[in-house]
Parts: sequence; structure tokens; C-alpha cells
Amino acid sequence: MEHRSKETLNALVFFALLLLFVFQFALGPDRERLAAALPGLLWLGFVLAGLLGLGRTFVLERENDCWDALLLAPGDKSAIYVGKLAVNVLLMLVVEVLLLVLFTFFFNVDLVGPLPALALVLALGTLGLAAVGTLFAAMTAQVRARELLFPVLLLPVQVPVLLATVKATEAVLLGEPLSAVAHWLKLLAAADVVYVAAGVLTFDFLLES
Amino acid sequence: MTADPLIRVIGLGKAFGRHVVLDDVRLEVRPGEAVALLGANGAGKTTFLRILATLTRPSRGSASILGHDCARAPERVRPHIGLVAHGAYVYEDLTALENLRFWTALAGLAADGAALARALAAVELERFAGERVRTFSAGMKRRLSLARFVLSRPRVLLLDEPFAGLDQRAKKWLEGYLEAFKAAGGALVMATHSFGRELALADRLVILAARAIALDTPRASMGADEIARLYRLHAEDGA
Repeated sequence: MEHRSKETLNALVFFALLLLFVFQFALGPDRERLAAALPGLLWLGFVLAGLLGLGRTFVLERENDCWDALLLAPGDKSAIYVGKLAVNVLLMLVVEVLLLVLFTFFFNVDLVGPLPALALVLALGTLGLAAVGTLFAAMTAQVRARELLFPVLLLPVQVPVLLATVKATEAVLLGEPLSAVAHWLKLLAAADVVYVAAGVLTFDFLLES
Repeated sequence: MTADPLIRVIGLGKAFGRHVVLDDVRLEVRPGEAVALLGANGAGKTTFLRILATLTRPSRGSASILGHDCARAPERVRPHIGLVAHGAYVYEDLTALENLRFWTALAGLAADGAALARALAAVELERFAGERVRTFSAGMKRRLSLARFVLSRPRVLLLDEPFAGLDQRAKKWLEGYLEAFKAAGGALVMATHSFGRELALADRLVILAARAIALDTPRASMGADEIARLYRLHAEDGA
């Protein structure tokens, strides 16, 4: 459906472009300041774009009471969670790749060298963000103040993932080997396992309640 | 010998906080029986249907369908029910066929292309199989919603204002569909405000007022005037 309407993707791409303009104006041409701020900026962009996309996870289900239809379907509902998670991860990765390309262009930074290591950090971080984001999107889907509640609930839970991703990205961009950030990658992997498992195991209950 | 009821509701109550919507509701619906559930706005008709459909938990009492408790064993109830409420339960950006395919996959039904095409033909939507639902009228969406039940064959249909927003042709089609459903031994509960087609289909009139069932009577040969009088007496004056 997203492939057909491209509503979320278009919004995210436009939002990412706006962010880049803001970053460009804020930092100016000072390359030292940029190098220090780059990992944080990258993940700020990913998280803000992610919040926008993740918050829309169950927007389609509000039309024509499709939420009730999901509930009424007999059988295990965790497949719905896995499907929504897969779409969210894909959407976020598309936006992240686009942002990386634009960062290279706008800020004249070399992201090609550290790309393989960066890709691993991105994949692990994105899965963690999307796993909790998808679950919390379901949790707040039927709440009146969902636009406010969603980020307020989500961001504190994301602290371990954000901390590990920013630190690992910083080291990777400084040219350090993956072994130097192994502890952060292990933390990310563990958080991913815990978040995905929590989503799969609790989604049915969450939907019912 | 009378068949066992498909729907059995005993001492059902529902409160949202301090606001009591239903209190001590009792009802039985047998195979091949259609019940028209009448009541003023806020009488609890939709809440009652949602409890039967396992979407809302009762505060007290019990509702069961084919012997399965709607609150304690919703997974056992769901394969046997079909709910048609205000929303049509369809995704606007999918085609009619894609909607049906998505729903059958979600429900774990084994339905090949031919079965899906038969279901669409049964609701007279075969010509629109490849068209996006966004272009459909309310009546077509309602028919697509009902196409799911051609595949899942529920024993109980729960309908909230089933004829609302439909044109004359769609109403006639739905009437025929529900008649056939009844004749096949299914049980129907239709919540409604209107005294039109729903009442012609109904075997029993049930009026919800003051949080409980104020009247449960066979429709028999009751005319529209008599029904309107009973409605005024129980639903409006008694509310």
C-alpha cells in the first residue's frame, strides 16, 4: 500500500531534505565542527524521520475500521507485527541511504570508506528503533493524543539504542575498526533481540487490550 | 425439538467508568433466527454487538457464541462470526481482489484465485475485482465486506445499521443475501434505528432501553404502525 500511495515515503524524503538545510545553516563551512557533530546529526536526522514514519504505522488501519478487522482475524497476530516492522525497517533504510548520500553531497564528507562498517551500525540501529517504534505505534494507535504520546513514550526507551548507535557511528567515521566498537554493537544486537522478541510476544495482548 | 441457541447472553453488563451502558441483558438467538435490535441513540446497541463480536469486554455476565465465551475465548468465537459495522473493513488503496486475498491470508483460510473470484461474483463485484476500493461507493464497500463471509462461512452475523447508506439496488441485494444466510441456518443480530428492511427480515424485535432489554417479542405479522407504537412506548418513553 505504501508502494502504491508513497504518502509516508514522500513526507520522509521532504523532511530529510529540510533537516539537511537546517543543519547546513547551523554548522556552516567549519569542517572541524562538522566532524565532531556528524554522528549526532546523522542519527538526529534518522530518529526524527523515523518518528514521523513510525507514528504513521497504523494510520491505514484507522480508515474503514480496519483496526477491528485485524482484531477479528482468527489466529496469531504477531504476523501483523512482523509485517509492519519489516515495512518500517525498509522505509527507514531507504530514507537513511538517501540522507547519507545527501550528507556526502551537502557537507563534502567521505562516507564511502567507512560504508561497510556504517551499514552494519545502521542496520542494527534501525532494527532497534523500528522494533520499539512499531510496538508503541500499535499501543498509541487508538489513543486520542497519540501524536504527543508516541514520541514521549518512545524516546526514553530508545536511549540504549541511540547511545550505542551514535558512539559506534562516531568511531566508525573516525576510521576505527569494527573490533573497537564491538561492545556497542553487542549492546545494539542485544537490544534488537529484546525489542523484537518483546514485540512478537506482546503484540497479540496489546491489540486485544 | 428446538435447536440449541447459537448466541446466549446471560446477565450481561457493561460500564465505561461510572457510566453504565448495559445492565443484566439476557438474550438467546437460535439457528435460522434474525433479531432486530432497536433502541434510541446511546441505548447500547453498538456496545452489545461489539461484546458479541469479542471487540469489547463485558463488565459482568457472559455472552457466548456456539458455546464459546466471547470474553474468555475470543479466538474460538471469531471463526464463527461476521461483523458488519459502520466501517467496511477494507483498505482503500488495495483492489477488491487484493483486499479479499489479504483478508483470507490473515484469517488463515485456504482460498485460491478461483475461490476469491467466486466470492466476488457472489457479491456481484467480479467486474470490479481489479479496481481500487477508493473508487467504490458505500454499497460496493459493504458488499466487498460481505464477500469475506462467502469464504469464511460464519454461523452468526452481527450487523450494525446494515442498510444505512445503501441505494435501493444494494439494499435489495443485501436483503436477498441475509434471507439466504438465515435459510442456511445462520443467526442474525441487526442493530437498527429504521423500521424498514431490517424489520421485514427479523423474526424477533428486541428493544434496548434503560440499559436493559425492555421488550423481546416475535415480529410475526406486526405492522409498521404497531412496531412504531411499541418503539415509542419502550425505547423513547421508557428510556
